[in-house]
Formats: sequence, structure tokens, C-alpha cells
Amino acid sequence: MTTVATRSATEMSRPARRFGIGRILLTLLTLIAAAIWFLPIYWAIVTSLRSDADTVREFTLLPSSPTISGYIYGITNSQLPVWYLNSTITSVVITVVAVLVSAMTGYAISQLRFPGRNLLWWTILASFMIPVPALIVNHFVIIADVKLLNTHAGIILPMLLTPVTVIVYKGFFDGLPREYREAAVMDGANPYQLFYRVFLPMNWGVTTAMAIITFIGAWNSFLWPFLVAQNVQMMTVAVGITTVQDAFGVAYGRVLAGAVMASLPVALAYLLFQRRVTQAIALSAGIKG
Amino acid sequence: MANRRSEIIAACVFVAPFIVIYGWMFVWPTIQMFRLSVTDAPLIGAGAYIGLSNYTKLLADPVFRTAINNTIYFVILTVVPGTAVALLIALMVSRLNGWLQSMILALFFLPFILPVSVVFVIWNWLTNVQFGILQGVIEPIMGRPINVWRTLPWFMPGVAIITIWWTNGFSILLFLAGLRNIPKDLYEAASLDGATRWQMFTRITWPLIWPITVLCLTIQLILQLKIFDQVYLFGQGGRTRSTMVMVQYIYEKAFINNQGGLAAAAAVVLFVFVAVMSVLQFQLLRMRGYR
Repeated sequence: MTTVATRSATEMSRPARRFGIGRILLTLLTLIAAAIWFLPIYWAIVTSLRSDADTVREFTLLPSSPTISGYIYGITNSQLPVWYLNSTITSVVITVVAVLVSAMTGYAISQLRFPGRNLLWWTILASFMIPVPALIVNHFVIIADVKLLNTHAGIILPMLLTPVTVIVYKGFFDGLPREYREAAVMDGANPYQLFYRVFLPMNWGVTTAMAIITFIGAWNSFLWPFLVAQNVQMMTVAVGITTVQDAFGVAYGRVLAGAVMASLPVALAYLLFQRRVTQAIALSAGIKG
Repeated sequence: MANRRSEIIAACVFVAPFIVIYGWMFVWPTIQMFRLSVTDAPLIGAGAYIGLSNYTKLLADPVFRTAINNTIYFVILTVVPGTAVALLIALMVSRLNGWLQSMILALFFLPFILPVSVVFVIWNWLTNVQFGILQGVIEPIMGRPINVWRTLPWFMPGVAIITIWWTNGFSILLFLAGLRNIPKDLYEAASLDGATRWQMFTRITWPLIWPITVLCLTIQLILQLKIFDQVYLFGQGGRTRSTMVMVQYIYEKAFINNQGGLAAAAAVVLFVFVAVMSVLQFQLLRMRGYR
């Protein structure tokens, strides 16, 4: 890339004495800092691969006799498979619905003229400012009223509020050159076709990015699922694994195996789509609109 | 004219799901929160109008004051230190290139994508008073192992350090994006003029990265005011009255003491705190030309 070229040019123009040993030391320091930062995760993974006896007496960087018994115990002796299913269902539905609704709303506000448009935009900006934890009491009352406690729908509904995604979509749709729209209108496209033939396909990157970050957020959410799904059968993974601590006793290998399994989908989503996650975070913070 | 009408109809179709969801899950609960806050209602069920006595009750409740103090203490412990650490990490990572940069960045970023419960399980193990490897650091300094989550002065700083470790990836990414946008020829020109590294940082990097710093600080501030999960998980079974934070107070009043009205009043207080900060953040975003 071009940055590499300019950077090496910069380096050559600088006096050589400032680099060399200092440079290497700084890189080394960075590597050490990164290793320390990652150590808790590493230690969790290593511990999850030790037998119960080894977790409390072995403090080496690698397990002497690695075993997956903790994982097997977690899968067979807790509701982990059910929690996994609950998390998958709720996270996928939240992602699909929230992203689609946000895209549609962003499109309407950006491209269509209709009464109440400004009011709608201000509602979105307002909901962006309101702390969702402040609404937990009333969310609970509403969900209890419609008899949706301990259901997937009950977990999903309050988590469909993703005003940032609407704001991001509106920004992108605003930025699309007028010519595309005009060309499509000339060809006789109506507002619906314009949306799913022009605006949506031209912003697949944004959609992927927002979908991944929404999925990660939904999978990881704690407070609301913790309140609404108190029945063990309805818990999500993120809530469920905090309940096994007592059930598993002081067997940390098992608890950590559960934790590793709970993070697997989001860790994979991040490692596979690293660039998209980075993009989504920059977008939701309002950088590069 | 027919065209204009069909445009309005299309708009209705596009915004209908949004209006249903936000009306039901945002506008309605927000109105209800204010209404509930002036009643003596339990969590589920009706209550009588009691004016502002929930609010006076809150002011008189020492636990609520503890909750506010702890929340502010937590904000102080996390926002500025966390942002400073993120900037430092971003500066270190931005020096690297290619695959090494992606790899190191991934190591720093990974904690951010973990569920809070996993963060809790991991750190609870690391700090375990008998077998936690962190006791290997604590013991030589303190002379004995410390049960971090049952020792009051250690609790909030402990949760703060873990929170910085957990949420810092977000700020690191923003700082990296900001650092990439600084034109390289500025450094070239400076180095030709014989500027030291420190001068380059104070005269070029720092002023140009300042808007991102403000952005990170406000985002962190709003996020950390809403602290609950970590404090709840680490405080389980302990003296929660002393480690209480604002969201936790709302939770306990509503779901444990069955005082919906009082909980709603506490929610209104949190609401005001966050709304003020958010308006501030919004103004900053507007200044950056993002609407």
C-alpha cells in the first residue's frame, strides 16, 4: 500500500541513529505488552484444557496432559446446548430484523419526502441518547403484560433498538451520488425497487459490518436476557455460564471450558471479519461517515 | 401529484416497522418510566400517585448515595486512564506494519468481543485467592494473598482495571483510525527540521488526535455511567450495599425489593445523567460534521 512506501521514505530521510536499537526495543516492548494483554484469555484456554486436579497444581504455560473432559462435562452436564440454541436464535433474529429495519428507516429518511420525517429523525437521535438500562423496569413490565417473559420474543424485542445503525445507513444513503438514483428513476424504478436494487446492493459492505457488530452485541448482551429469561431452559449462553459456577463446584477447568465455548461464535466472527468489525466500530463512533 | 402520494405511501411502508418497534420499546417505556416514578407501584401492578416522594426518598437513602458515588468513582477510575492506555497502545501498534500489526492489534482487541460473563469467569479465576496466577503478583507486594472481590478498597479499582482491559479495543481502533489520517509528510517535514520524537508527538500527533480523544472520552463516559454487569457479577454474594452502582440500584429496587416506582425514579436520575452527557457528545459529533 501507499502508506508503506511513504513510511519507508520517511525513515530514510531521518537520521539513522534515532532508529536501530531504540526501534527494536520499542517493538519488543509492544510485543510484550500485547502478550500480557492477551495472557488472561490464553490462561483461560490453557486452564480449560487441564484436568480438575491439574488446574490447581500446574502453573506451566502448556498443559502437561491436555484433556477436553471439561468441555464434554460442560456439554453433557449443563444446559449449554439449549443456551447455545437460545443465543443463536435470538442473536440471528435481532441481527436480521434490526439491520433490515434500520436500513429501511435510513432509506426513507434519506431519500423520501414525507410528513413527520424530521420528527422521526429526532426520535432516532433521542433514542441514541437514552440509556437503555434506565428502561429495564418498564421493558420488564411491558414484556410481562404481553406474557412474553421467558420467551425468545421477550428477549429479542427490547434489543431491536439500534439507533446508531439507522444513523449510519442514513449517512451512507445521503452520500450516494444523485446520478444513480436518477438513472434508476428514469428506468421506471419505484421507491421499493430503488431500495433493494440500488441502495441496498451498493452498500453491502456497510450491511455486513453492521450485521456482524449487531450479532456480536446481541450474543454478548447480559442485563436484559438476565432479567427476562429466568427459566434455565430459556437462558442465553452469556447468562447461563454464570450459573454453572456453583453447579460445577470449584472445578475451574469446566467453568472455563464453558466460557471458551460461550465466546467461540463471537471470537470467530471477529477473526473472520476483522476488517468489517473495525469498520463497523469506526462507523458507529461517527468516523468516516 | 400521484407520484408525491406514492412516495408518501412508500415512506409509510418503510418506516412502519421502525415506528412499531421504537414506539413500543422506546417511546412508550420512556413515558411510562416518568409516570411510574411518581407512584408507589410495585414492579407489576398499579400504584397510587405520590408526587415526588420517591425522589425525596432517594435523596434520603444512603445506599442510593453510595450508588451515585460508586458510579462516579468508577467513571473516574476508567474514563481518563482507559483512554490514555488506549492511546498508548494505538501509538505502539501504529508503528508496526502488515501482518505483525494485524496480529498485535487482534491480541489487544480480542477482549472487547467477549461476553461480560466470560470476562468475569476469566478474571475470577486469575484472581482466585488460592490458585489465581495474579496472586503471584499481589502476594509479594501485599505480603499475603488478597481476596480482591471481598476487600472493599480493592473492589472498584479491580473492576475498573478489568473494564479497561475489556472495553479498550473500541478506543484503540478509533485512535488507530485517527493516527492513520495524519498526513505522513508532516512528520517528514518535522524530521527534516530536526524535531525530536517527543516534539513530533506534542506538536503534530497530539493536536491532530485531540478530536478523537474527546470522542473516546465522551463515549467511555456514557458507557461507564451505565456500569452494571461487572459490578453485579463480581459482587455476587458480597456486601452489595457498599459496592452498589446506579443501574444495580434500579435492578435491586425493582426486581428484589419489588418497588417499581422507586426504581423508576432512580432510572430517571440515571436518565438525566446520561442524557446530559449524550447531548454533549452529540454536539461534538455535529461539530465534526457528522449528522
